[in-house]
Order: sequence, then structure tokens, then C-alpha cells
Amino acid sequence: MPTLDPVRLTAREAKRLLVDGEISAAELAKVYLDQISAVEAAVRAFILVTADNAAKYSTKVDREMQATRGPLAGLPIAIKDNMVTEGVTTTCASRILSNYMPVYTATAVRQVWEDHVVMLGKTNLDEFAMGSSTENSAYQTTRNPWDLATVPGGSSGGSAAAVAAGETLWALGSDTGGSIRQPAALCGVVGMKPTYGAVSRYGLIAFASSLDQIGPLTRSVYDCALLLQHLVGQDPKDSTSVALPEPVTLPDAERLDGLRVGIPSEYLAAGIEPGVRARFDETIARLEELGGRCTEISLPHTEYALPAYYIIAPAEASANLARFDGVRYGHRCAEPVDLLDMYERTRGEGFGPEVKRRIMIGTYALSAGYYDAYYGRAQRVRTLVRRDFEQAFAGVDLIASPTTPTVAFKAGSRTADPLSMYVCDICTIPVNLAGLPAISIPCGLSDGLPVGFQLIGPAFSENRILQAAHALEGAIGFEPAPTFRDSGAGEQATEPASSGEVAS
Amino acid sequence: MIGEDDVRYVAKLARLRLEPDEVARMTGELAKILAHIDKMSELDVAAVPPTAHVLDVVNVAREDRPQDGLSRADALRNAPAVSDDCFRVPRMG
Repeated sequence: MPTLDPVRLTAREAKRLLVDGEISAAELAKVYLDQISAVEAAVRAFILVTADNAAKYSTKVDREMQATRGPLAGLPIAIKDNMVTEGVTTTCASRILSNYMPVYTATAVRQVWEDHVVMLGKTNLDEFAMGSSTENSAYQTTRNPWDLATVPGGSSGGSAAAVAAGETLWALGSDTGGSIRQPAALCGVVGMKPTYGAVSRYGLIAFASSLDQIGPLTRSVYDCALLLQHLVGQDPKDSTSVALPEPVTLPDAERLDGLRVGIPSEYLAAGIEPGVRARFDETIARLEELGGRCTEISLPHTEYALPAYYIIAPAEASANLARFDGVRYGHRCAEPVDLLDMYERTRGEGFGPEVKRRIMIGTYALSAGYYDAYYGRAQRVRTLVRRDFEQAFAGVDLIASPTTPTVAFKAGSRTADPLSMYVCDICTIPVNLAGLPAISIPCGLSDGLPVGFQLIGPAFSENRILQAAHALEGAIGFEPAPTFRDSGAGEQATEPASSGEVAS
Repeated sequence: MIGEDDVRYVAKLARLRLEPDEVARMTGELAKILAHIDKMSELDVAAVPPTAHVLDVVNVAREDRPQDGLSRADALRNAPAVSDDCFRVPRMG
């Protein structure tokens, strides 16, 4: 068996090793289970590690499936714990679902199971996927493998940290306002939100149904495409799912000649820290060396996207989370005096502070007298945000921006002020409002922490995005080297102003 | 400006029990968040149609063919209280 570095091994290479018989599925699973044993106490990416099942199932793949192996057979994967998995507890990182045992499996998960992936466990998230640091989990705070004093981002922080730490080969996440791309950026991995509808949401515990999308977190763009191939598809169980107009292809582009890329000036004005701006500018220079043509564009309603999102997402959440009432599943308060008391105390005890805040905002925005001023207006602003993108894509093929304004921040540094957490997603939220596909790839380090580069495309342009990201990835040559150091609590050091242009 | 009475009223609508300290904290937080959200009022959107959904799909229906749903046993498996193969809840107040 070759010596494998779990932090660097790609699914593409792992698949080749399996197919060529250089490694067994059981050996590959053990590489990741061993890494989990080594670093999980520090990273805390998993809510549940299914080690026994992974060992048993990978052995089964080796012994019984030689002739019937699916295309992803034996490749270990981690699943965000907001996707239901039959027979494996699913908590959504909430106390209200602490004992929930699903009786069915999410379509996206079922599809990769049927391709014979080996599930390593369920990963941590912000409760009900509401947050940008994974600190809103009711169970544990996941830490960033690049600096254990910092957050991994969120809400798919467990999945991103697990990939970055070499605790899994790849992972599934979900993205409602940036919840795949933002943690991917902060952890130095690849993360993609597909076009709304490309991947079935059946079995994804709903946060905001018109925005949620499942997608891959991986160590390479090729791996991202490979996993995405097995996630997409129209599903009779999700009436908002649609078939992609063309199949997802595995990227091979090395040049980007003639590719027109727009850089929205509004995104660069949004408090981008100097170190992030410097890596972004360098990556744009690489893009031009590869033959791309970059121009400045305007998405004039960008500053209204965040306010619209913080009405639409909580409004949908307040309706979706009405189902957690202590009747059919999950927590029920002790000794309720009557039905109303049971509803109110069950929910008061079961939900954490951020989930309560969003339920309150959503309920307020939908209540009589406020509906038009908040929800109605937010839906109209959403139209303006969509039109901004439509007009931009009349002149460019893709849009590029930093994925996040800053690198990973210290744990605890933003929890006291909800708004300071919300602005983490300023560059990712408009994409969800418009239902577009976007990817984040690592483009270098600032102050020793990864910086994410985002590429946004028109609806169903997954292949164009993947080709461009693949070519760029080759030119960037990012080295995954999480240090597992702990820089300690306190104020985060600021980037020296000398490293590139200072953003406003 | 949202006040504590509004917060208590909305919590009632949301079937969410808030402790007195939560009401006070929530009032301050919601006021700050709503102030940010009020930025939307700078825009004249009277002539802009709303977007409820980005996909151009309407009335999606599957074939009208019977298929199995969850069994009763599966549907009840996670219930906090069951009696006579039904969900059991306390009486209405």
C-alpha cells in the first residue's frame, strides 16, 4: 500500500488507486478513520463518526462488490448533519432533534450511497444551517485546521474543516446564503453551490426553501465536478428540482482564452480586508495570463441584497420550522399543562438563540401590517438583484469576486453582534437570491490563513464555472498545509498594509 | 421601532416561549437588525414584480399512480408520545 497523505489526497487519485488495486477500500477508509482519531479532538468537525459502519461497508465493497462497484465505490465521504440518513441519527446541530432517527434518506445522499461511497459520519453545522461560523451548533464548536483559535466558517463548517483536516476525502454541504462557499474559503478547500434546482432538496432539513441547495466540498475542482455528477438530477420527490440541460463534465481546461470575466465594483467596496484583496488581485492577474479578459462591472443593488435576504430567509425559516412542535419527532418539554404550553415550551427549550432570532424576524415580517413593508418589499428587491446579474451576464461569461471579506476570524469574536456575523456573507448572498451557481476555490494565504476566490455563472453554467476554476487552480498551485496550530484567544492580528492595494 | 410588547406578541404568534431576559435581549437585537433591513425602503419598488422563486416551473405534478408512503410504524417511530397507533398530545387549553 502506498503512503497516503490524507490532507492532500484527491478523490481522483484515490479512485485511480482503488481501480488499479494499489489500495483497498478498507485501507482507504482506515486512512481517514486514523486521521479522525489523530485530529478530531482538536478540530471537532463531526457530530457523529460512523467508524464501525465505515470499516464494515468498505470491507464489503472490497469483498462482495468487485463486479458491481458503483462509480464512487470505496471513496470515503462526510455528510452535513442536516441531510437525513435512514438509521443514522440526524440532529441539524439542534437540541430539538437530539434523538431524531430518520426513517428515510435524502435523495442526494441516497444517490452517492447507491454509487457505494463509504460514509464516515455526520458533520457539525450552525443549528439548522443558520450562521457563518458553526458556533451556533448546540453540540460543539468546530475549529479551523489552519488555526484552531479561529472558526471554520459556516454553516457547513464541519464539512469544510473535515476536508481541510484530512478527516475525509470530500464532503456534502448545503448553501442558503454562502454556507458551502464561505467555509470552503475560510478552510482552504473547494466548495460549490449549484444552480437552484440542480440537486434535489428532498431530505435536506429545510431552512429557506427558495434558497437552499446541496453541493460538494472537495480538495480539487476536478473532485468537485466528479461528486457533482452524482448529486444532480430531477427528483419526483422535489418539485423544484430540474434536469440540467447538459451533463456535468470533468474539467480539463488549461487555458481560458477569450473568457470574459466581470469584476463587480460593489463587491470590492464591501469592506474587503487588504490581504484578501491582494490575493484576489493576484488571481485576476493569473486569469488574464491564462487568456481571460477581465472588466469592471456593476451590480448596483448589491447593498440591498443583505437586507432582502434577512427578510426572505427568516420568513421561509419561520414557516419551515413550525413543524418542530413536539408532536411527531424531536424534543418535547416535560409535563405540559396543555397543547399551547407544549408548543411554546418545547420550542423555547429546543431552539438556540440564533434560530429563535430568525424565527422572530420571519414571523414579524410575515405578520399582519408588516407583510408588504418587509416580505413584499424584499421579494421585489430580490427581482432587482436578479436583474443586476441578468444584465451583467449579457456582457460577461462569469463574475469573479473574493468569496468572503476576511480570512477566518477568532472564535467568539462575532457572536455578541448578529449583524457582524451576517456581513460575512455579503459576497455570497446575492448569488442565492438569484439562484445562480458559484464556486469558491483557495487562491492563497493572508496572515497564514486561506483566502477564497469566487466564480459566479449564469443559471446552469456549472461546466463553464468548473472549467475556469480548474484552469485557475492549476495556475494558482495552492498548497493545502493546515498547521493545526492554536494562535490563542484575543484580537486577531491585522494584515500589514504593505501587502497590496488597500480596499476602502 | 420594535418594543418588548411587540416581541412578546410575535413570540406568541411563533409559539415560542421566551424568558424575560430573552425578551429584553431580543428586543435590542431585533431593533438593530430591522434598522439594517430598513435600508430597503430607499428603493422605489412599486413597479417591480416580486420574485418568490427563481425557477420557471409551475404546477409540477407526478403521474397519478398510487405508491407507498411511510408506514404507520415508521411515521410514529420518532414520536415523543403514542397511544393507539396515533400521536398523543396534551388536551387543548
